[in-house]
Amino acid sequence: MPESLYYFLQQLLNGLTVGSTYALIAIGYTMVYGIIGMINFAHGEIYMIGSYIAFIVIAALAMFGIESVPLLIFAAFAISMLVTSAYGYSIERVAYRPLRGGNRLIPLISAIGMSIFLQNLVRIAQGSRDIAMPTLVTGGIDIGPQDAFHASLSYMQMIIFAVTLISMVLLTLFISRSRMGRACRACAEDLKMTNLLGINTNGIIALTFVIGAALAAIAGVLLGMYYGVINPYIGFMAGLKAFTAAVLGGIGSIPGAVLGGLLLGVTEAITAGYFSTEYKDVVSFGLLILILLFRPSGILGRPEVEKV
Amino acid sequence: MSRPLLEVSGLTMRFGGLLAVDGVQLSVQPGQIVSMIGPNGAGKTTVFNCLTGFYKPSGGKIIFDGREIQGLPGFKVARRGMIRTFQHVRLFSEMTVVENLLVAQHQHMNTSMLAGLFKTPGYRRSEREAMERAAYWLKRTNLHEFANRPANTMSYGQQRRLEIARCMVTQPKLLMLDEPAAGLNPRETDDLKALIAELRDNHELTVLLIEHDMKLVMSISDQIVVINQGRPLAAGTPDQIKQNPDVIKAYLGET
Repeated sequence: MPESLYYFLQQLLNGLTVGSTYALIAIGYTMVYGIIGMINFAHGEIYMIGSYIAFIVIAALAMFGIESVPLLIFAAFAISMLVTSAYGYSIERVAYRPLRGGNRLIPLISAIGMSIFLQNLVRIAQGSRDIAMPTLVTGGIDIGPQDAFHASLSYMQMIIFAVTLISMVLLTLFISRSRMGRACRACAEDLKMTNLLGINTNGIIALTFVIGAALAAIAGVLLGMYYGVINPYIGFMAGLKAFTAAVLGGIGSIPGAVLGGLLLGVTEAITAGYFSTEYKDVVSFGLLILILLFRPSGILGRPEVEKV
Repeated sequence: MSRPLLEVSGLTMRFGGLLAVDGVQLSVQPGQIVSMIGPNGAGKTTVFNCLTGFYKPSGGKIIFDGREIQGLPGFKVARRGMIRTFQHVRLFSEMTVVENLLVAQHQHMNTSMLAGLFKTPGYRRSEREAMERAAYWLKRTNLHEFANRPANTMSYGQQRRLEIARCMVTQPKLLMLDEPAAGLNPRETDDLKALIAELRDNHELTVLLIEHDMKLVMSISDQIVVINQGRPLAAGTPDQIKQNPDVIKAYLGET
């Protein structure tokens, strides 16, 4: 294989890595939008909080002399998901539920306020400087000739692919097979009718916030370890990117969020690899504008049908 | 007469300056079919919306099965056994027919995630019961051959029947149908009439009906309530209503 092909493969792998974490965050946007038609702009901060919890857990356990890497990673995931789930639930309960039934703009403004609140909460508690995440996973495999340019796939990237894939499969099984998943789908189609059939729709809404938050935490742990640096502001950009991914794939559609995330990640990596890293964000948000102009329902989304 | 299943007094619903429902009275005896009729815009559907917790009524009292339910959220009203359809079909159109019937039984099922993960005996039993009930009502509404089809691939008449089946699997005490015959052809209307009458006779179901098809209303109802401009105009048996001069003037018209 010629060098250029390995170069392309490398960009593709990098893009899929970041893209799969976008997809994890985007699912939270899309599930909430699918049921209550609201963009939860505080969702990016949940991702950021997920990263911080992971850092705190790893640092604390390391202080107690625990050095087993699988154990550290497992604990980081478990506790981070648990804590962010509580955040997701509380945010919905405190900032959105009391405002439901009014104008759609009101919870949106509340979400932006919640986002600012959470960002500053972490800034005050943890400081606003960059924090270095301990490197737990090193090394990787090379693809291609050793003596010339070749692509490489790090073990951390493999973990990202594996964890993302497992999360997606579990989520798909939950949505398509379980009773709660069935109720979620019913809510997404017709919230009021579902309520009138005796299902506590507020509970289902809370559940989607919890699931979205847990998935964002997974992304936070993964990207935190992948980039190695976290600060209180990473949630803003990640949230915007994941939102773009959700719109790209068709907001309200879970497969759309996954597709949009991967597509966005690859587009960014290709832009960074062939043009310039500085233009990466220009291209992704340019893509968002194009989608909004020419296909507002996204790739897999359906045109909005007015519900009475 | 026994205790009414549903007793509504002084029901009022105000939207800003508009009084859509003004002092509506309603008394529904168990095992009866009661129809609500009146000109378009009289407030019939608004009454339904108030009863089922879809709207919070501005005033009045709703006693259902011996307990006050005004102001309760919709899902709690539904769990007490009051279930409704809408004027237009509101199925979960992307789900299959049988899924529509299973999701409606959510409240009766053991939904704990752990129980689902380990498929405990209780979980299996409730799943089996839900399937059996769904199969029973699919047969009764003549839809069993469509069980695994997406709901939106069926004809309009079939979708209306599926809506009634979806209500029935929740094991309601009171079934509220909002213009169930709208858009049905005469044969489908006859089928619907037979189905409603049978639900009353063989399943001890009480039915509250909004309908404009007077032939259907007059032949099936035990009691009729007439509403005009948000206010109760008359109540009585079909024969009394047919001869009531106020009703003739406001709604039925001279014949």
